[in-house]
Amino acid sequence: MAKMATFDRGIHPEYNKELASGKTITDAKLPQRVVVPVSQHIGAPAQPEVSIGDEVKRGQVIGSTSGFVSSPVHSSLSGKVITIADFPSTAGKMVQSIVIESDGKDEAVTFNEHPDYMNLGPDEIKNMIKEAGIVGMGGAAFPTNVKLSPPKEKKIDAVIINGAECEPYLTADHRLMVEHPKEVVEGLKIIMKSLGVHEGHIGIEVNKPDAIEAMSDVVSGEENITVWPLEIKYPQGAEKMLIRAVKGREVPSKGLPMDVGVVVQNVGTALAVYDAVRHGKPLIERVVTITGNGIREPANMNIRIGTLMSEVVEQCGGLVEGAVKVIAGGPMMGFAQWTLDVPVVKGTSGILVMTESEYVTSDDYTACIRCGSCIDVCPMGLNPSMLSILSEKEFFEEAKDYNLFDCFECGSCAFVCPSKRPMVQFIRLAKSQVKP
Amino acid sequence: MAEAKTHELVVSVSPHIRGKETVGRIMWTVNLSLLPAFIMSVYYFGPRAVYVTGLCIVASVLFEHAFQVSLKKKTTIGDGSAFLTGLLLGLNLPASSPFFIPIIGSFIAIVITKLLFGGLGYNIFNPALIGRAFLLISFPKLLTTWTEPTAKFIDMDAKTTATPLGILKEEGLVRLMEVFGSKTELYKSLFMGSTAGSLGETSAIALLIGAALLLARGYITWHIPVSYVATVGALAWVFGGEGLFTGDPLIHILSGSLILGAFFMATDYVSGPTVRKGQLIYGIGCGAITMLIRLKGGFPEGVMFAILLMNCFAPLIDRAVKPDLFGAVKEQKK
Repeated sequence: MAKMATFDRGIHPEYNKELASGKTITDAKLPQRVVVPVSQHIGAPAQPEVSIGDEVKRGQVIGSTSGFVSSPVHSSLSGKVITIADFPSTAGKMVQSIVIESDGKDEAVTFNEHPDYMNLGPDEIKNMIKEAGIVGMGGAAFPTNVKLSPPKEKKIDAVIINGAECEPYLTADHRLMVEHPKEVVEGLKIIMKSLGVHEGHIGIEVNKPDAIEAMSDVVSGEENITVWPLEIKYPQGAEKMLIRAVKGREVPSKGLPMDVGVVVQNVGTALAVYDAVRHGKPLIERVVTITGNGIREPANMNIRIGTLMSEVVEQCGGLVEGAVKVIAGGPMMGFAQWTLDVPVVKGTSGILVMTESEYVTSDDYTACIRCGSCIDVCPMGLNPSMLSILSEKEFFEEAKDYNLFDCFECGSCAFVCPSKRPMVQFIRLAKSQVKP
Repeated sequence: MAEAKTHELVVSVSPHIRGKETVGRIMWTVNLSLLPAFIMSVYYFGPRAVYVTGLCIVASVLFEHAFQVSLKKKTTIGDGSAFLTGLLLGLNLPASSPFFIPIIGSFIAIVITKLLFGGLGYNIFNPALIGRAFLLISFPKLLTTWTEPTAKFIDMDAKTTATPLGILKEEGLVRLMEVFGSKTELYKSLFMGSTAGSLGETSAIALLIGAALLLARGYITWHIPVSYVATVGALAWVFGGEGLFTGDPLIHILSGSLILGAFFMATDYVSGPTVRKGQLIYGIGCGAITMLIRLKGGFPEGVMFAILLMNCFAPLIDRAVKPDLFGAVKEQKK
């Protein structure tokens, strides 16, 4: 194998992927009810299109877009709308949600199949992606069609599929690449088509050799698509780091991937794009890794959007004695949940349950000893030590001189800090106190 | 669902996993890395090395504990940093130091320099070096009385002598050669440590073994020590001889407390800059001031003052020199 592509700095946490990496994707049981938040994405929330008492079918639009950067939501089962109210969400906020009780029939609306999907025009494709409510499924949940509609002056020449899955524990993308490599690649081709791009890349960390093999097999006949084995390093799957590794380009400070002519899409997103364009299927389910030492039976499950975590956890054998933390997403950037009665949403890549013995805290953090470890690992080339000290002392404006807003909160600094300082917390605090 | 609700869930900010590194582990490893130097000091200076260094360590730890307990704060002696300050202070003192020297030095280092500024992380200056600087200015005679490195385990009265740098300064290179016989012998003595000097500074080999451990563990990087030592070497070569470019860099590199200072004291996290590029400036500054004092100043040795002076510049360097921002180059091109 040639020299592995990667980026500068970063960290090497324990990955613990073996808990779930061998588990074949299974379909979760049809939930009794789903709680579908109208805002599962970055941008304007969707507007509810249904009222209490309405009968809905699987795939039916229940919330429509309300602006360019927005995304519709669909019912993920058939049944009756029982309430529309604010419910807790994985991000910790209360979000307006449409609650649908299942009628057990799981009837679907008619999906428009497109066997000749590669003959569709870019605008048709983008429209289908928008109608299907597809958002970035790696966690950030940015509407995909917006990402595929860059301003004219930004010339895009490459699409990268993000199969790095650098978050420890998570294996959903890994399983998708192993079990559905063809569909992922077709999704990539559709994305390339929609952008008029002829260069496709797939970046995969080398801790997933079976995924690399499966994807390489599928693209073996495709001259313009390359599979890149990537060094195992966090945060390899961050957009900017991935572009640096694969294309050798640095997205300018405060810029976007399109500024260097690249669009990055997650593996799950590529699959959703394929399903939407080929089969006319909206984004109403996703693969989630349920893992960690706090769950009895780790799994990779295909889960209907809106299924409560409590139901999912139950299907995985429940929590073990001493399980203290449930995280939506991975351990580095995921959100700790205060209740299991939150729904799985489009951006939920994992449900990670950690036990008491694994619990880490910043409760007893001490002063920065200025060891410089955080500077050595920061993928953005920031000085997290200085940022944390300035924020701690409430010199928020000064933090901007140290490129505060270039931080994407990957948590590498907090991971290495010997003083156990809550670095991400300090940086978020500073960001909330000043304007970029 | 009811079962799940019986669990109390903890909510905290990401990341939810942490590395194993702790301040304590770092500090105790640095203490361990000074063990070879301490052993050599005992080998050359006998029981007085144990006495002086031990007193410094005990006094430093006790002062820290007493100060924190009396202010109803949590004691931090477990993190090994007070132990390290005591150890470094001890290794920077002459073997003949009477008992009050370690005690006063430890008080100045721990209470004045470290704790009154807010404790570990907040001190502006290297505590051990301020302790020693205070002692040197207050008790110049006692701090410059050097005993011969011939361990006398029974007879406590060793003969007094001068350090290699002292001889070089007062009597010149020719005299230094006479004392040691030949250049090779001089290098050998400096490398092994059989010269007069502060307890832990004389043996370059012992210090380098410890430094290798710290470099291997990543607790220090090459930036400060290499830029410091290289600057001293270069300046010694250019200005250290009779004419320009005739000086002997090795004598200056191996003698005095340069190795101890460059690898163990200039690399002190708290009082130095954190950005690697800035550390190069810091190291060069330390080297330049050291040689200025050695060649033109009133003291034969300048490492201590050089590091303390550069401590003042550390915050400025950290302001002026930033790490290479990802995506910064292309932004300028626009």
